[in-house]
Amino acid sequence: MTAMQTSVAVKDLELAYGSVTVLNGLNLDIAEGEFIVLLGPSGCGKSTLLNCIAGLLDITDGQIWIKGKNVTWEEPKDRGIGMVFQSYALYPQMTVRGNLSFGLKNAGLPRPEIEKRIARAAEILQIEPLLERKPAALSGGQRQRVAIGRALVRDVDVFLFDEPLSNLDAKLRSELRVEIKRLHQQLRNTMIYVTHDQIEALTLADRIAVMRGGYIQQLADPKTIYNRPANLFVAGFIGSPAMTMLKGRIDAAGAFAMDGLSVPLAGYNGAVPPAGTEAILGVRPEHVAIAPASDGPGDGPGDGPGDGLPATIDIDEPMGSDSLLWMTIAGQPISARIEADHPFRQGQPVRLGFDIPRCSLFDRKSEQRL
Amino acid sequence: MADLSLPATAAARVEPRGARPRPALSRRNVILYGTLIVVALYYLLPLYVMVVTSLKGMPEIRLGNIFSPPMEITFQPWVKAWAEACTGLNCDGLSRGFWNSVRITVPSVVISIAIASVNGYALANWRFRGSEVFFAILIFGAFIPYQVMLYPIVILLREIGLYGTLTGLVIVHSIFGMPILTLLFRNYFASVPEELFKAARVDGAGFWGIYLKIMLPMALPIFVVAIILQVTGIWNDFLFGVVYTRPDTYPMTVQLNNIVNSTQGVKEYNVNMAATIITGLVPLVIYFISGKLFVRGIAAGAVKG
Repeated sequence: MTAMQTSVAVKDLELAYGSVTVLNGLNLDIAEGEFIVLLGPSGCGKSTLLNCIAGLLDITDGQIWIKGKNVTWEEPKDRGIGMVFQSYALYPQMTVRGNLSFGLKNAGLPRPEIEKRIARAAEILQIEPLLERKPAALSGGQRQRVAIGRALVRDVDVFLFDEPLSNLDAKLRSELRVEIKRLHQQLRNTMIYVTHDQIEALTLADRIAVMRGGYIQQLADPKTIYNRPANLFVAGFIGSPAMTMLKGRIDAAGAFAMDGLSVPLAGYNGAVPPAGTEAILGVRPEHVAIAPASDGPGDGPGDGPGDGLPATIDIDEPMGSDSLLWMTIAGQPISARIEADHPFRQGQPVRLGFDIPRCSLFDRKSEQRL
Repeated sequence: MADLSLPATAAARVEPRGARPRPALSRRNVILYGTLIVVALYYLLPLYVMVVTSLKGMPEIRLGNIFSPPMEITFQPWVKAWAEACTGLNCDGLSRGFWNSVRITVPSVVISIAIASVNGYALANWRFRGSEVFFAILIFGAFIPYQVMLYPIVILLREIGLYGTLTGLVIVHSIFGMPILTLLFRNYFASVPEELFKAARVDGAGFWGIYLKIMLPMALPIFVVAIILQVTGIWNDFLFGVVYTRPDTYPMTVQLNNIVNSTQGVKEYNVNMAATIITGLVPLVIYFISGKLFVRGIAAGAVKG
């Protein structure tokens, strides 16, 4: 990351509406050509941050740098950005061609240059047959393509996406998701992408910034975010079905103890805290192995401990490709993802094994990863 | 399970199937259409009497059968109302007032709508410090009775030398149209998605660029509403017309009043009726040609807050 040049830098950004502070002392450095996703629940300030970078909101304090230039006081058009909105925001009275050329005409570009850029964008996005149509005559996916094209023709360094796929149905969404990724690989522009959809974030991003309450909770690549969440919020927000959170404490042997059960933490990817710490063990459903209770000790499932932890199956949720089993372990609910044609029945006692190196341990007070 | 037909006993009866039958002469229809027809007749009857009377000669009117159609159709009352009726010193009928009204209405409508639409656009999209206070004051202006402001405006116009001129009246109409028109346009532009405005800003359009190229082309329905409100309102205005103009610049409504209420000689009912219809013709025509757009515009802009 250090070898690459910084494309967008947000420095000590603060934004307040009267007495309500939305963003407070936010710092973010985005490298040249990086695809960064701002992810968080609604009201976390991710769209606000994007609008600040675009210059559509006047910030209270701090600086915005784009391409090594301080653009804090610049108008949106002078920042070298293109923006794609959730509702497409196409000008309804103009044709697709008019929509694409509007910004270029405002910039006073010569006509042949405008034509050239429109032709290029239309070719990349495959919207050539639509150029003379009005937005009302386009489908949702086509409209979003045109909206992306409007950012494309501006020939800018930074693309800003504000939940661009949220208005589309599930099938189109996954199609356009791939297309955006392809576009990024083709253009190598810096892209900042706001979404509340974790699948979009995990599939598209080079790095994800998980936000809550105006603060960045964790900024890392998708693998790290998924496997080593920095705190309880990130752990709970990322992953579907959600991570199981087991409450317990660290016992004298350095194991995780809950209601008489003891989970050895050997191999845990981090420092096991001192005995007596109130802790939470986060286990993703795919990191739980199940075996029938009748199995003798020694031939326990997968990489779990030999004897296994006793649990009871409550509910089976078949999801087609696999199955989600809801169980009770030491009085707490836990879910496990296993292959669809499994032999387990409701009420059956089973034994569980955890993939400890891929589990997460959190301090119950600070909610931070241990 | 392959046999889906009903048992023979049930098939003998007529089972309900398809659209429910709706007899044309049901009680519901009789009451509904009956009421509508009666109310329509109630409102149309005066118009009928006016048209019929305006086409009769005075001897026939004196017979007193106001509902009977004319035995001898004459257009003389219409000609007289338009070109010959006397009001005060002038005896050139309503034509003078008609042209005065046109010269008052057209500039007033254009000026007030031009300013109010920019006002509404600025208030909806370019929130500036104190914009809410400004808007509140403007709306408050809509609730002050005109009578309170009549005399102060007389003094104001006198001081700037415009009292009694058409220009003065145009200014007064433009200002008084401002609160309601600004509210109308602000609400309409507020209903335009904010992202459209943001996209235009990213595309480098400024205050006027966004207004002229993005907002104006989208605002046709609300412009139609504004034009209808202003044309009918200003054309029908009597109070401002009688206060701020002189006899030779009287608008049509004031002239109509002077014709109908003249106390000399015989009352020429046919001429009065013709004059009244002529005066009311302009708003009537406006409503007829723009009814559909009017409803659409009202539904799109004015109701939403």
